Amino acid sequence: MTSPLSLVGEASEATGLRPSFAARLRPVLIRLAAAIFVLWGAVTVTFIALSVLPGDRATIILNITSGQAIARTPAELTPINRAYGFDQPMVEQYARYIGGLLHGDFGTSYELQRPVAKIIGEQIGPTFTLAISALVLAWIFAVPWTLLTAGQGRRLGSFGSAAETITAGLPHYWVGILLLIVFAITLGWFPVIGGTSFMNTVLPTITLALPLAGFLGQSIRGEFDRTMREPFVLSARTRGMSAAGVRARHVLRHALIPAITLSGWAIGSLLSGAVLVETVFARPGLGSVLVSAVSDKDFPLVSGIVILNAFLYVVINLVVDLIYRLVDPRLRGTA
Amino acid sequence: MTASTTEFGRPQADQKTVPRSRIGVPRLPVSIWLSGLVVLFFAIAAIDPSLLSTHSAFETDLLNTLSPPSVGHLLGTDDIGRDLYSRIVWGTRQSLLIGLGAMAVALFGALVLGFTAALGPKWIAGPLHRLLEILLPFPILLLALLFVALLGPSATSLLISVGIGTTAGYARLIRAQALKVRKSGYVEAALALGHSERTIFRQHIAPNAFRPLVALVTLGIGQSVVWASGLSFLGLGVAPPSPEWGALLEAGKASITVAWWLEIFPGIAIVLVALSFTQIGRYVQDRSEGNLQ
Repeated sequence: MTSPLSLVGEASEATGLRPSFAARLRPVLIRLAAAIFVLWGAVTVTFIALSVLPGDRATIILNITSGQAIARTPAELTPINRAYGFDQPMVEQYARYIGGLLHGDFGTSYELQRPVAKIIGEQIGPTFTLAISALVLAWIFAVPWTLLTAGQGRRLGSFGSAAETITAGLPHYWVGILLLIVFAITLGWFPVIGGTSFMNTVLPTITLALPLAGFLGQSIRGEFDRTMREPFVLSARTRGMSAAGVRARHVLRHALIPAITLSGWAIGSLLSGAVLVETVFARPGLGSVLVSAVSDKDFPLVSGIVILNAFLYVVINLVVDLIYRLVDPRLRGTA
Repeated sequence: MTASTTEFGRPQADQKTVPRSRIGVPRLPVSIWLSGLVVLFFAIAAIDPSLLSTHSAFETDLLNTLSPPSVGHLLGTDDIGRDLYSRIVWGTRQSLLIGLGAMAVALFGALVLGFTAALGPKWIAGPLHRLLEILLPFPILLLALLFVALLGPSATSLLISVGIGTTAGYARLIRAQALKVRKSGYVEAALALGHSERTIFRQHIAPNAFRPLVALVTLGIGQSVVWASGLSFLGLGVAPPSPEWGALLEAGKASITVAWWLEIFPGIAIVLVALSFTQIGRYVQDRSEGNLQ
C-alpha cells in the first residue's frame, strides 16, 4: 500500500482526476500475477496427488498396455521406471513436468501411448462447443424469466424462484435422460445415437443449460430485488419513465453484474458437467476420454484434462475481471 | 397501475417473523412439510427397507422382465425381472450413507482447514488460504474424478472422493464465517474482559460460526448424494448389481429405448432427496439469518 504507484492512485481519486495509466495498470498486473500463481498451484497440487498415489505407476503402465492385472517383477519394472523417469528424485520429476507443461507437453497417455496434448486437442472441440452454447442458452433462459417474474409482487416472485430452485437442483445426468426419453425416443424429434451435428447438439445443450439457468436466475433475481429498492429507481419513475422501462433499462443492468461473475465461475463446472452430459447422449468429446482414463488409471490423461480445465477457468475469470474494470468505472484504480 | 407504482422505492416489508400457531409449534411452509415427508420416507427405507419394499432387491421374476409399472410391480421391472420399486427402496441405505459419509468427510476437512485458515498463526493461515484459492478452479466433479482415478472405483473411494471434492468450498465458507465472528463486537468485548483465547473460541467463535453450518450441511447432503450417484452413473462408483441409485441408472442405460421407467424412477429418487434437503437447508438458512438480524 505504501508504494508510490498506489499513492498516485489514491491522490487522483481524491482530487477526482482520472487515475494515471500506471495506477490503472497496477491492479491488472496484480490480477495477472495472482492468476499465474493459482495455475502454478493447480499444477503442483495435481502433481503431488499423482505422485503419492497408492500403487506403483510402472505396474499400472505395464498392466494397461498388456490389458492384464497382475503383479510385476522388478526385472520387468526397471526399464519402464527408467523410460518414464520414475527412478529419478521427486524434485527432478517435478521440474521436468513443469518444463514440459510450459512447452505444451502434457506427457504421454499410458493407455493410448500418444501425447496427451494431441488427444485433448482432437476431442476438445465438441466439448467446448457444448459448454459455450450451454452458457449462451442459459442466459437466454434466465434473463427474460427473471425480467418477467422478479420485482412484480410476491406471488409471481415466489413462483419464479421456486422454478429456479428446482432447475438449479436438477442433476445434469437426469435432465439429459429425461430429454432423451421424451424428445428423442418417444417423439423422435432428435437422433438417439450420439454425434456432433446440430441436431445432436440441441438436447445436450439444453441439458447443460437448464441447471445453470436456474443458478443464474437465482443470482439475477436477488440482485434485481435489491436494486428495485435503490433511490435511482424511484427517481427514474418520478421522471415519468414507465415501470417496464425502468425495469428493463436500469434495474436489469445492475442485476446482471453478479450473474456475469457467476458465468466466469460456471465455465469450469460447465466443462466438467459436459462429461456427464456427453455420457448420457453418447456424444464424442472429452467426456468419454476422461471417463475411460479415470477407470483405467491413465494418470497423464486425467491430469492433463484437469489442468486444462483449471487453465481455462483461470484465463476466463481473468478476462471477466478485466472486462469489469472496463465496464464499471467504480472499480478502476482499486486492487 | 397504482399497485405497481407503490412497489417502486417502497421500503421492504417488515422483517419476517416466524408465525406460530396457538400451541407454539412453528407453522412451517407446505414445501417444508413435503420435504420432511420425503426425508422421513427415505430415512425409513434406509433403516429398514423391508418395511416399505414389496419384493427383495435381488428376487427375479423371469415371466415379467422389462414390464412397465403395474399393480404387481409398482415401478416396473428390469431386464431380469427384478422389482424396480423395491430395488430403489433397498438402494436407499447405500445412496444416503455415501452422501452422508461424503458430507462428513467434507465437513471434517472443512472445519479443520477453515478454522485454521481463519484463526491459526499467520505462517500457516496464509498458505492455507492460498491453497483454498488454488483449489477454486477445480470443479467438484473433476476433483472427485481425480481421486477416483487414484483410489479405484468402489463405494468407499466414492465417499472419500466426493468428500474431498467438496471440502475446499465448505472450508472457504467456514473461514469467511469465522473471520466475520472474529472481528465482531462481542469477541472484542470478550478480549477486553481478559478471557483466554480458548474460552473465546469455545464460547463465542465456534457456536456463532457453527450456526450457518446447520443449513450448509443440510444443503450439502443432498448435493453429495447427487455427485455420488453421478459418479456411479459414469460407471466409476458402485457397480451395477448393487441397487445404489446411480448404479440403477447405469444398469438401465442399456434398455433406455424400451424401458423408460428404469431411468426415470431412480432419477426421481435422487432428485426428491436433493430437492428436499435443499428446501430444508434453505429454510434453516433464512430462519437463522432472519434471527441474527
